[in-house]
Amino acid sequence: MDQDYSKTNQKSRARAQSGTETTNAQVIEINDGQSATINSARSRAGAGIEINKVLRNTYMLLSMTLLFSGLTASISMALNMPPMTYLISVIGGMVIAMFVLPRFANSPAGIGIVFLVTGLLGFGLGPMLSMYASLPNGGNIIMLALGGTGVIFMGLSAYVLATRKDFSFLGGFLMVGFLLVLVAAVANIFLQMPVMSLMISSVVILIMSGFILYDTSRIIHGGETNYILATIGLYMTIFNIFISLLQLLGIMGGDD
Amino acid sequence: MDWMQIVAALALIMFIIILFPRARYMLENSPKGSSSDWMSFLIPVIAIILFVMLLIQLV
Repeated sequence: MDQDYSKTNQKSRARAQSGTETTNAQVIEINDGQSATINSARSRAGAGIEINKVLRNTYMLLSMTLLFSGLTASISMALNMPPMTYLISVIGGMVIAMFVLPRFANSPAGIGIVFLVTGLLGFGLGPMLSMYASLPNGGNIIMLALGGTGVIFMGLSAYVLATRKDFSFLGGFLMVGFLLVLVAAVANIFLQMPVMSLMISSVVILIMSGFILYDTSRIIHGGETNYILATIGLYMTIFNIFISLLQLLGIMGGDD
Repeated sequence: MDWMQIVAALALIMFIIILFPRARYMLENSPKGSSSDWMSFLIPVIAIILFVMLLIQLV
């Protein structure tokens, strides 16, 4: 009886052990599935952290370059630079941004080049700001353009970050729109029509607003992983919005 | 017409020539947006138009 009992016990223990082995095998299989899920979640989290890092670095560099531009614009105003400074600085800044910066975008030298470009563009703004400041309502126009640019940029950035919407479909539309505006701007150099200037400034504000949506969306969806290039893209949109808003408010304020 | 206007026109024409291939590439390769995508673009655009009109009123 005792022997029978012990045999039964041994059998049941063996069954239990084999059951345990089966359960262990299942656990291992489940663990394999879980580890795959965990690995996938980790890689997603890693990508998310990387995107947040790009976004944070972009906004940090952007704020520093904007402050630096403000400083160079103040220096340019203090030195009372001639109007041609704007043209030379913008052409110089654009040429460096288009041809030199992409070569150094992955090296620390790229940060220096971003400051060179933004400093140059800020320095070019000096004569224009001096001209507006000399108007009876000039100080108000400059402050409104500055505040308006800040509100537009922050509002659109917050919109993209809150909705997480992908605006990559806007790329072709915005580039073609921008080219058409450049063609209109060339025509207006010869035509000198104030109404056309007004229209160009208005359309530039809308197109640059579209570029803020497009660029920010590219950063948060991993389309732009280089914060130096992301910064210069966003800086150019802010610069263009500020200039266009200044012209628009200047024309509507009766300076033309 | 002074030299600054000529230089500005030449610079703009240069930018158009440089940007044209990129614009064509982006136009051909951009994903197509649905009507809801375009609506999500139009909403902030309308908000900006209204905001700029408000700024003009404040001048």
